[in-house]
Amino acid sequence: MLDVRDISVGYGEYDVLSAVSVEMRPGRIIGLLGANGAGKTTLIRTLNGTLAPRSGEITLDGRPLETMSRREVARNIAVVAQENETRFPVTVLEFVLAGRFVYGNNFGWETEKDVDLARAALSDCDLTFFGQRPMNSLSGGERQRVVLARALATGARVLLLDEPTANLDLAHQAMMLRLVRERCREQGASAVVITHDLNLAAEFADDVIMLKAGKIAAKGPPSEVLTNINIKNVFDVDALLDQNPSSGKVRVTAVY
Amino acid sequence: MFGAERLSLFDLNEQQSSILYDIRLPRIMLGACVGASLAVAGAGLQSLLRNPLAEPYLLGVSNGAALGTMLAFVFFESFEFSRPLLAFAGAALAMIAVYRMAQSRAGMNVERLVLSGVIVTTFLSSVIVMLTTLLDAAKLRSFTFWLLGDLSQATRGGVYLSFAAVIIGTIILTSQARALNLMMIGERDAFDFGVEVSRVRLLVFGSASLVVGAAVAASGSVGYVGLIVPHLVRLSVGSDNRLVVPFSAIAGAIFVVLADTIARTAIAPRELPVGAITALVGAPMFIYLLRRN
Repeated sequence: MLDVRDISVGYGEYDVLSAVSVEMRPGRIIGLLGANGAGKTTLIRTLNGTLAPRSGEITLDGRPLETMSRREVARNIAVVAQENETRFPVTVLEFVLAGRFVYGNNFGWETEKDVDLARAALSDCDLTFFGQRPMNSLSGGERQRVVLARALATGARVLLLDEPTANLDLAHQAMMLRLVRERCREQGASAVVITHDLNLAAEFADDVIMLKAGKIAAKGPPSEVLTNINIKNVFDVDALLDQNPSSGKVRVTAVY
Repeated sequence: MFGAERLSLFDLNEQQSSILYDIRLPRIMLGACVGASLAVAGAGLQSLLRNPLAEPYLLGVSNGAALGTMLAFVFFESFEFSRPLLAFAGAALAMIAVYRMAQSRAGMNVERLVLSGVIVTTFLSSVIVMLTTLLDAAKLRSFTFWLLGDLSQATRGGVYLSFAAVIIGTIILTSQARALNLMMIGERDAFDFGVEVSRVRLLVFGSASLVVGAAVAASGSVGYVGLIVPHLVRLSVGSDNRLVVPFSAIAGAIFVVLADTIARTAIAPRELPVGAITALVGAPMFIYLLRRN
């Protein structure tokens, strides 16, 4: 559905990303790994049209992304990013309903369907009773879940998640990625998830992309990409590899 | 309005009727339009700039309009529409200047925006003061009064113009209210979820300039209305701009008419500029909002 062919993206003089290609397919999750500054967030901001590539092409269902209106892009692509605080007393429900913006006309109010979808997303994210709470009263982890709920409420088929698990406890980390996986498996969505947790990527991603200094260092199923050589190359860390006794997926233990 | 005599609307002598329809009524109407204008401009700018302290007067936008009006007053006095036109242009230029100054690599924070507003305001004030040297003494007095916000010069033409401006401006701002709800959360969020950010910014800056230009051309810089009114409205209806913008228009109209009634009667038969009353309420509220931030 979302295809990225050979893009380069840069600020000013130098390229942050060069010759990057990504193929997002229905039902599949891509784990995006890499050291700080490798270009992971830049890639996500390019995938949703915030940054324009210098060269290469991004297409959504065969149509170039840059020919689509902002509304059209937002109908199809939702982002979960780190959230800034707002100075206005916005409630959780209002915040999540913002995800339904593209479905209303200018003066229009949300329809019942919008509200239902927002409430369903809140309940999926374990936030059923948070609707009327002001955003500013939430903890970091709760905010992060509200941000996911907003993305889920859009109904977009492409989900781009920038470190969605950064502020979450163990249970909610798993919950968040399970929700993303369900959305992909059941509704044919596709997701790119940035994470620093290699084991989480191994558990939930169908494919893993390792970025190093703006270039793809490795790409493929987690079992093929998460190798000692790749981890040493990308993170400059020695690692022990074995199997997670519960899931059978590859397990990475850093050697300090 | 607070006269000691009982009057019937249908039984007025010529003098009373003239006072009511030629003096009082235009003044009340103008006060309502000015209040609505400044309040909706404040509500729109606050959401757009994600800053509850954004306000036409504090951002220097009112002073931009005042300078425009004054240039028209000094150089194009014979051309009737030059005042609102130049007021609009002045408001728009001041707004763009403040916006540009407040932006930095790290985005825009509350303090930077307020400081930019102060700089633009003081700069424009000094230009205005220099221009006053071109005025004769009688004009100077009425001009000084006007500069502080004064509704006593209300004319029918001014009322019609302000009324048209505030209706158009409020409709445009309300049409952008849902987009402003997203802008209020964050510019990046708004963009991600389908808002055409630059278009919304243009529409909000444009309509705020329109209403502030019309209000200032007619009544000078009435301060703090755009700060106080949206804040009180948010306390009662929440942050949804689809409610905040239209309710600010209504509450702003009531607020300025009340303030002007006080200004007109507090030390009667002498009058205070209405801007002095609004600032008396608004300045402490500014400090309160700043501390709470």
